[in-house]
Amino acid sequence: MNACFERAFASRHTALILLMVLLAVVLPASLDIFRLNLVGKYLSYAFVAVGLVMLWGYGGILSLGQGVYFGLGGYCMAMFLKLEASDPVSTRIQSTPGIPDFMDWNQLTELPLLWKPFRHLPLAMLAVILVPALLAFVLGVAMFKRRVSGVYFAIMTQAVALILSVLIIGQQGYTGGVNGITDLKTLLGWDIRSDSAHYILYFTTVLLLGLVIHACQWVQQSKLGTLLLAMRDKEDRVRFSGYDVASFRTFVFCLAAILAALGGAMFTLQVGFMSPSFVGIVPSIELVIFTAVGGRMSLVGAVYGTLLVNLGKTYFSESFPDLWLFLMAALFIGVVMAFPDGLAGIYATSVRPWLLRRRTAALVAAPVPQDGNPASP
Amino acid sequence: MTSMFAGPPRMSPRRHLLCSFLSALLLASAPALHAETPATAKVNTTGLAVADTEVTVGQLHSATGTMAISETGSIQAEQLAIDQINAAGGVLGRKIKVIKEDGASDWPTFAEKAKKLLVNDHVAAVFGCWTSASRKAVLPIFEKENGMLYYPTFYEGLEQSKNVVYTGQEATQQILWSLDWAKKEKKAKSFFLVGSDYIWPRTSMKIARKHIENFQKGKVVGEEYYPLGNTNFNSLINKIKIAKPDVIFAAVVGGSNVAFYKQLKAAGITADKQMLLTLSVTEDEALGIGGENLAGFFSSMKYFESLDNDNNKKFVTAFKAKYGPKSVIGDVTQAAYLGPWIWKAAVEKAGSFDVDKVAAATPGIEVKIAPEGYVKVHQNHHLWSRARIGMAQADGQFKVVAESPELIEPNPFPKGYQ
Repeated sequence: MNACFERAFASRHTALILLMVLLAVVLPASLDIFRLNLVGKYLSYAFVAVGLVMLWGYGGILSLGQGVYFGLGGYCMAMFLKLEASDPVSTRIQSTPGIPDFMDWNQLTELPLLWKPFRHLPLAMLAVILVPALLAFVLGVAMFKRRVSGVYFAIMTQAVALILSVLIIGQQGYTGGVNGITDLKTLLGWDIRSDSAHYILYFTTVLLLGLVIHACQWVQQSKLGTLLLAMRDKEDRVRFSGYDVASFRTFVFCLAAILAALGGAMFTLQVGFMSPSFVGIVPSIELVIFTAVGGRMSLVGAVYGTLLVNLGKTYFSESFPDLWLFLMAALFIGVVMAFPDGLAGIYATSVRPWLLRRRTAALVAAPVPQDGNPASP
Repeated sequence: MTSMFAGPPRMSPRRHLLCSFLSALLLASAPALHAETPATAKVNTTGLAVADTEVTVGQLHSATGTMAISETGSIQAEQLAIDQINAAGGVLGRKIKVIKEDGASDWPTFAEKAKKLLVNDHVAAVFGCWTSASRKAVLPIFEKENGMLYYPTFYEGLEQSKNVVYTGQEATQQILWSLDWAKKEKKAKSFFLVGSDYIWPRTSMKIARKHIENFQKGKVVGEEYYPLGNTNFNSLINKIKIAKPDVIFAAVVGGSNVAFYKQLKAAGITADKQMLLTLSVTEDEALGIGGENLAGFFSSMKYFESLDNDNNKKFVTAFKAKYGPKSVIGDVTQAAYLGPWIWKAAVEKAGSFDVDKVAAATPGIEVKIAPEGYVKVHQNHHLWSRARIGMAQADGQFKVVAESPELIEPNPFPKGYQ
């Protein structure tokens, strides 16, 4: 390892540590629990944005259907919580006590087979990961083996988002339909609606997000990360070098799906319900916007992008309920026009050179040796 | 926040003297106002946003997104009621201040904004929601944070909460009497049920089917559901032509409505050959569908703009004066107008803004100035109201052709219809 690389490595760590300090210390100290819970909700979207950095920024694969995986993760969690909330005592006024209320309204008289595994928390948690991963794997193999990429792939992911949202809304006896799965109360008897639970869930989300970003940084450092970049820029060269491009793409697609699903599960826990409104095309595109605003090459930037857009949304819609959509549009247009590389781009083009200049000035007495090629660690 | 509203600050004797002098002045200048204004500490023991001259409430509807077209009428009617209440001196001597939030036709956003209104703004009441999905999203929050929601839309029932007052009809109020009317007056024996595919039409049609089959001994010759937003009804129209029902009983909503009635007309199914009774077309929808595509069909509602009584004439005049002569008033708009009035009456009956006391005082509240005529709040927080059948006119208005003689009891959990 050369010094330059070491420094890049260190700056990555610094960025992550700064983010963690902001999320785990500064925000909890300065916000009340209602606002902190909102930030926790935004952070659950940040999982998707981080996944998109890997998939889109590194892998060069634009998915406009990440809401699907966010939704699947969220629904798997919600199904467990709903079954726990639907014990025979609290549902005694129903025709069939002991099943979720929306099933009763839809004339179902027993729990569908599909729902049975979700009575158990370990199975539900496994499903949070496995169901989206499996779907992403099947889609990935089907499309990447046929060398579907670029715009065609993006359209396919949109189609999947549309299909899933129609399916969820149409099969309301099994999914809660357009209402979603609402009124979730406890996790193994622990009331997830209390303030203390919101604090614990918030810190869990922050910790998990930190781990996820760290893992993604590790992937970026590894040979795999280099290969992903190479495939993005010169796909044919990688293929001719003997690598199976489709497998790597499937891997990164599954990775992004799993991250989105983790976000979905944390969303359900913090917000207390899951709605099909996340699964459709529009929210999926919104998730891409979060990544674009943050900078699609920066894992940490994606988190800041998500926070900025969502804080903007909440602030504008609370302060200017009649104008907020225009203000949001102005924000997007402004970011894209002025900073095409997102927030991370601002950092790279303005903030870092300034920091470096200051550091060089300080280190003038002890210059850093410049050896080796920084591009190939 | 709590301490701000918990009670009057302790005063030094001199300041106390000054205060009594000032209040004496006030008493002299506005004796009536002072007499009606009880101390804030007394009427607000739970830290709501109630000050000496002002009480804050929330308004939570979709001002943007696909539901905006439906919810705008409710926003306007609630604002009108609040303006009128303020002009008449407010509630317990306090003017109503409104914090408006946009649910943006997105259910998680409704949940976020509901929580903001209750936890952050401590509003004394919230007027809002429209779709069942938005209500289901906010209900746990209102129950957990102990807020008060006034919900205006006719809906599927199967719900009852201390924290919600339902100012629209639950399903049985809208359905049973109108089916009986169709049987008695129109000799209808066979029905074709059609609806959009979500909880309200599903539940409504379940109740309709049980009533037709078990109580009327009639026949249901078809039951079809279409996804929200569906615009192709040709296969349905063929099925209707084959089944030849006496009545098409419809609960199609939103944009689908426009396609549904236009395609019916194009297929030659018009009022002179086929009776149609709908649960989902008010003056607002008629505006989009076009009166010429609806003329002669029947709609079951509790309110029509054309209702001929003094309350309604005043209401329509005031509404059009504020929002323009071309604005129309549908069933839900009128129900939304009742919300602030019911809240005011309950607060004054309870002598307090505290949610528990308001909720307890709500049953038995009467609204004598209701445009739909006299209504009363039931023990279950729904309204006793009449059912009415309106016949659509080419100008998009409805002519009231029948009206239930009695107020119909709300029954959100009907026995024998589950």
